[in-house]
Amino acid sequence: MDIYLLEAVINGILLGGVLALLALGLNLIFGVIDVVWICYAELVMCGMYMIFWLHSFFGWPILLASFAAILGVAGLGVLLHLLVISPILESAPINQLLATGGMLFFLQSLATLLFGTDFRNIGLRLPIIELGDIFISYSRLLAFGTALIGAVALYLFLSRTYLGIAMRAIAQDREIMGLMGVDQRRIYLITSAVGGALAGLAACLLVLQYDVHPFIGLSFGPITFMICVLGGLGNMIGGFVAAFVMSQIIAIGGYYFSIEISYVLAFVFFIVLMLIRPQGLLAR
Amino acid sequence: MKNELTRRLAPLVVATLLLAFVPLATSDYVLHIAIEILLWGFVYTAWSLMGKFGLVSLGHGAFLGIGAYVSPLLWNYAGLTPWLGIPIGVLIAMLLALVIGYPCFRLRVIGHYFALVTLALSQVALLTIVAARDITGGSLGMTPKAVGHSWYALQFPEKPYFYAIALVAWVFGIVVWHFVDIGEGRAALDAIAEDEGAAAAIGIDVMREKLRVTLASAALTAFGGALLSQYFMYVNPDTLSGIGVSLQIVFAAIAGGMYSAFGPTAGGLFTIALPEILRITMGTNFVGAANTIYGALLVIFIIFMPRGIIGWFESRLAAAPARS
Amino acid sequence: MLSLRSISAGYGSFRALFDVSLEVAAGEAIGVVGPNGAGKSTLMRVISGMLRASSGELSFEGRSLTRLPAHRIVEAGIAHVPEHRRLFAKLTVEENLRIGAFLPQARRHYAERSEWVYALFPRLLERRRQLAGTLSGGEQQMVAIGRALMSKPKMLLMDEPSAGLAPLVVEQVFALVHRIREEGFTVLIVEQNLRQVLEVVDRAYLLEVGRIRLSGSSAELKDDPTIRQAYMGL
Repeated sequence: MDIYLLEAVINGILLGGVLALLALGLNLIFGVIDVVWICYAELVMCGMYMIFWLHSFFGWPILLASFAAILGVAGLGVLLHLLVISPILESAPINQLLATGGMLFFLQSLATLLFGTDFRNIGLRLPIIELGDIFISYSRLLAFGTALIGAVALYLFLSRTYLGIAMRAIAQDREIMGLMGVDQRRIYLITSAVGGALAGLAACLLVLQYDVHPFIGLSFGPITFMICVLGGLGNMIGGFVAAFVMSQIIAIGGYYFSIEISYVLAFVFFIVLMLIRPQGLLAR
Repeated sequence: MKNELTRRLAPLVVATLLLAFVPLATSDYVLHIAIEILLWGFVYTAWSLMGKFGLVSLGHGAFLGIGAYVSPLLWNYAGLTPWLGIPIGVLIAMLLALVIGYPCFRLRVIGHYFALVTLALSQVALLTIVAARDITGGSLGMTPKAVGHSWYALQFPEKPYFYAIALVAWVFGIVVWHFVDIGEGRAALDAIAEDEGAAAAIGIDVMREKLRVTLASAALTAFGGALLSQYFMYVNPDTLSGIGVSLQIVFAAIAGGMYSAFGPTAGGLFTIALPEILRITMGTNFVGAANTIYGALLVIFIIFMPRGIIGWFESRLAAAPARS
Repeated sequence: MLSLRSISAGYGSFRALFDVSLEVAAGEAIGVVGPNGAGKSTLMRVISGMLRASSGELSFEGRSLTRLPAHRIVEAGIAHVPEHRRLFAKLTVEENLRIGAFLPQARRHYAERSEWVYALFPRLLERRRQLAGTLSGGEQQMVAIGRALMSKPKMLLMDEPSAGLAPLVVEQVFALVHRIREEGFTVLIVEQNLRQVLEVVDRAYLLEVGRIRLSGSSAELKDDPTIRQAYMGL
């Protein structure tokens, strides 16, 4: 196999890790609360800005800034739920889609207002690893590893803890959760916090590799939705797998054509698949 | 139906007459704003043809972009007059709507899934336009070759001409809206929106109804896109295609109120006038301030006024007689 | 222990219960019977907090429960086994039991609690890692009851436990109810199956079109013609 194709495949896998993390967060929110946070990528953008400002401007050590960002975006998730989602929980789904869509717009504009449209970089240069003729950036590897750890942690949380079981149960039968002694509102808030935290974690990983600017959400937001729908909205495992499928399309497409065309291919693949199997690849 | 149509068109006629006098009384700048409101209002109205029946498309940016690019491309590269170029663009948009719509409706892709498929569509359109930058100019956009005042090229440096065109298009859009609202299709689409399975069970051809309204919506949107690029003499993938403009269309239609004929246009007023006012009062120092306020207002609208501005007014008016 | 006074409730403009009053003393087994659509399930939902009463008072062990949300009522000691079981089909038997023990006070004693429930339902012990949705109707009923018992309730509400089950299984279910009673639980059962339920309860109320028509000991009601009329619609 062509060594550069192998490199593309490996980079695809590494990219898949972060996309999988994003998909997990989105699916968690949808599975438990039954709302799609269209502005999810913008929450990640907020996290990236938080890290940038804390580290590059205020001089916080990168780990501390990352940790603060995770907490910060978790808080944003809770605020989002309290202020925007819970007033319209009973509304038609389209209202919820539009409300979070409005937040997308709001967050992008707010970021433009506060930070301007310049691209910001945290200036952290991590080494590149050489394996023969293949170059793999350490930051990508780190991102992949951390994303996997995050995914495993989420899995353990959902399968072993009382809260985790409650979150899985609520997705199956909302109405009787009260009979189990579960306060639905509390579960929603905790889920929003976890979803936000996952977005914050993704921000930490992305800020190592990319510049941040107000519209960066558009680079990975739409693709994350496609991944979630492909895997079946709300299906955590499906989203996880779909993330790697899509990232391979992007990586290999980028190798044979250009990175732009690879994204077009990925979207077209999504549309075609939706028309063949609308419930998603792995819907049960 | 005749009486119903007359009753509905009366306010439209009044509005048209009033609007016809605008060029006589105002400056070029106000005219420019008015043209934008009319053209965008037309586009928003086109979207609401689908939106009011629960077919929420987040992908109208694709149709807008097709309409906006095809005609200037054909003019620049083949010297083809927009009188032909625009219909070609409209037909291409309709074809795309058919290609996507048919399988979607056949497989009952609805709700969240439909919205996200259409979202993917608008992104594909944008990414394709950008990727084909050798032809389309990519993110930098492109301009149709300017030839000054010409009916053949549909280019008019003097604003009143385009104002007239915009006004005609806008009126046409409202008339179509009314036709859809009173036609037999309306009851069918309402039934489909409420319960598709039940509607099919009583013999409604769900596929045909949905496709009809989708094709109409796509066609009009593409037409609006073509007029916009023709008026601005400039087209750019971010302003006339992609998810950003798709969301803008949805918001405006809903903020204005998509269950009323003038609702989407009111949304147009909101999306054009508000940023302008903010820009004038706050200056360009605060880039993004206008949009931030706009975004916040939109969210507030969804939460408190789901039937939009016009809908809110209508409910006030309906409540008033009951009180007295 | 449980006291309902003049409870009225409904769904939107549709009223399902009118001025219902009943009493359950500690250790008793009470039945609420009546034909379809009488409002029996609505009554259960009002007691467990799934539905808010529009008027009237509900008190348990002296405490007023009228305005409390469902999860607080579970805390107070009332567990509801819902109509049609309502298990979490995609969770295992064990996970269903675990979620029944969500309350902090129940969590602490999860180990001994689950041991006790498995002793009551040995078949569930074998199937504990199976997905709840794959069990038979009778087994599912056992899981539903077990799940409710995990919260250490003082009182158990059972909504149509025999619904949709084969006659042999129904027998087993009622034998179970008897067993639960012996363990000291107070039980309120809502049932359509008149004969079976009167065998296991001390007293019963007849609910018809949202109102209490009759009440008495099960011995009295067994021979009462009014009840038969209510069921036959005469």
